[in-house]
Amino acid sequence: MSLKSKLHELKLKYQGKKMAPAFNAFHTFLFSPDETTHAGGTHVKSADDLKRTMNTVIMALIPVLIFSMFNAGYQHFSAINGFPADFSLMNDFLTWDNFWIGIIKVLPLVVVSYGVGLIVEFIFAVIKGHEVEEGYLVTGMLVPLIVPIDTPLWMLAVAVVFGVVIGKEVFGGTGMNILNPALTIRAFLFFAYPTWMSGDKVWVYGARERSEEILAGANVDAISGETILGYLAQNKGAEMTYSVSDMFFGFIPGSVGETSAFLILLGGLFLIFTKIASWRIMVSAVIGSLVMGLIFNQVVDFGWVGESSKFYGLMSFDFWKHLIVGGLAFGIVYMATDPVTGSQTNKGKWYYGFFIGFISVMIRVFNPAYPEGVFLAILLMNVFAPTIDHYVVRGNIKRRMNRLKNATIYPKDSDGKAKELKAETV
Amino acid sequence: MALLSKKDTNLITDPLADNNPITIQVLGICSALAITAELKASLVMAISVMFVLGAGNVVISLMRNIIPSKIRIIVQLIVVATLVIIVDQVLKAYAYELSKTLAVFVGLIITNCIIMGRFEAFALANGPWRSFLDGIGNSLGYGVILVIVGFFRELLGSGTLFGFPVLGDPIMKTGLYATGYENNGFMIIPPAALIVVGIIIWVQRSRNPALVEEN
Repeated sequence: MSLKSKLHELKLKYQGKKMAPAFNAFHTFLFSPDETTHAGGTHVKSADDLKRTMNTVIMALIPVLIFSMFNAGYQHFSAINGFPADFSLMNDFLTWDNFWIGIIKVLPLVVVSYGVGLIVEFIFAVIKGHEVEEGYLVTGMLVPLIVPIDTPLWMLAVAVVFGVVIGKEVFGGTGMNILNPALTIRAFLFFAYPTWMSGDKVWVYGARERSEEILAGANVDAISGETILGYLAQNKGAEMTYSVSDMFFGFIPGSVGETSAFLILLGGLFLIFTKIASWRIMVSAVIGSLVMGLIFNQVVDFGWVGESSKFYGLMSFDFWKHLIVGGLAFGIVYMATDPVTGSQTNKGKWYYGFFIGFISVMIRVFNPAYPEGVFLAILLMNVFAPTIDHYVVRGNIKRRMNRLKNATIYPKDSDGKAKELKAETV
Repeated sequence: MALLSKKDTNLITDPLADNNPITIQVLGICSALAITAELKASLVMAISVMFVLGAGNVVISLMRNIIPSKIRIIVQLIVVATLVIIVDQVLKAYAYELSKTLAVFVGLIITNCIIMGRFEAFALANGPWRSFLDGIGNSLGYGVILVIVGFFRELLGSGTLFGFPVLGDPIMKTGLYATGYENNGFMIIPPAALIVVGIIIWVQRSRNPALVEEN
């Protein structure tokens, strides 16, 4: 309570000054302000504000984050010592050694993402003379979870500045952006520093150093940290040692937080239960990816794509497994459902989600440089979301117009009355 | 008397800032996106456009009273096409490598909106000297943006300026690269130019709010 009142005093002291929004920002960032509309007002105050929404998403992300910290260590030690022959969750996965690797590798990503992002937000709050916008709370948590673990921190910082300024602030800040800022950051990293974002050396901590040692002649017995999609893209699916349960529970290499489909599923259910995220988008995106996967499976079954084709590995991958490898599940649950950049109409959400799933799997198979396309598919559909909404709304207006045209309006004889009614109901 | 009257000076200085062809009139964007990955190409493009626009404006201005207005666009196209072919041939003769980098974009100067725009808006209504100044001014305004964009794209994208490695050697890891710095591949591709031009527009308009368009 005392911190709150201290901040409140500071805020009053700086009222009207240039730095006022920064103090305001701190205050509202941590607490609900004392000022409310006066008691006689007509506004209904709900605690379910933007901050609450953001916090709920963060809560859904915490298990993923903690899992990713253990997985960072698990993949690291497995790459050096080989995968444990007799896997036990307590002895091989939830160990302090694994968690320590997570602390030194994953936590800095989170800190840099939040630190840089919030600095940019505060600067813009001061420039605009606004309260700070909470929009970065979720983005800041998403960003470290969708990058490879060995991403250099300065690259992340540059990308965060780019994503927040070009992806969000130029459009007017939180709620006004066209593209999902977290995915803008990911896309920037992908196009700016491709060698750090793709290939088989970036997904496991230390893989790059180890491969350099091997090149230099060291006799290190290490397995490479190729992702499952990477194996498949090179038609080396047979060399993979991961079981379906590994893929589902997430004991596989990949971007920091995308591996565990199980925890993402739990997070998704939590978001649906709290009514924060749209189940329509999630369900339709799952359907979309399954449909595209089935089409590819059928193409292989008909023999149109032979084993010699470079697409064979990914096309013959069982259609439902697309959901448990790579970033598809993470993208569908946490990115596609972003209420700002997604479709707003219920019907539009079905189309929007369906195409995200559909295009994700398509890009995944056909992208020659990088066997993953979830972020590109979501960004593409972000751009189309307003158009989808436009046609849904137009369609609704047209349907109602038709209904009105065919309806019998009483009194029948007065055309003037009917016209008036039309204008009102439509 | 000064070399240029105040009115004439404005013909040159206006397009450099408050009436810039790229950032204010938003003309000639295609070439600004396409060829600015290198500073050298930007500079050559700027000089080529300066030659074409300066000379073209004078020619059109001299002919302005004898061009039938119904076919003036065709006449303008012939003039600009002639000048562009001269530029293209000169580049091929004396800077073959560079002409390959610029490729089709030298030919596309013909369709650069700035050139037809100045012919229509200025040269058809003014004398040769003023038209010449106007051409030089507008191509300078165009060139300045090209060079700024080219500077940032080449510096951040390739770590070089005019082909000189100013940041060190990315393969031998010298200079700045020794600290772990890497070239930004995003700056090489044309969308980066769009963003750099956008930032210039942003900076310019926030320094001079009078330029902000009402919608």
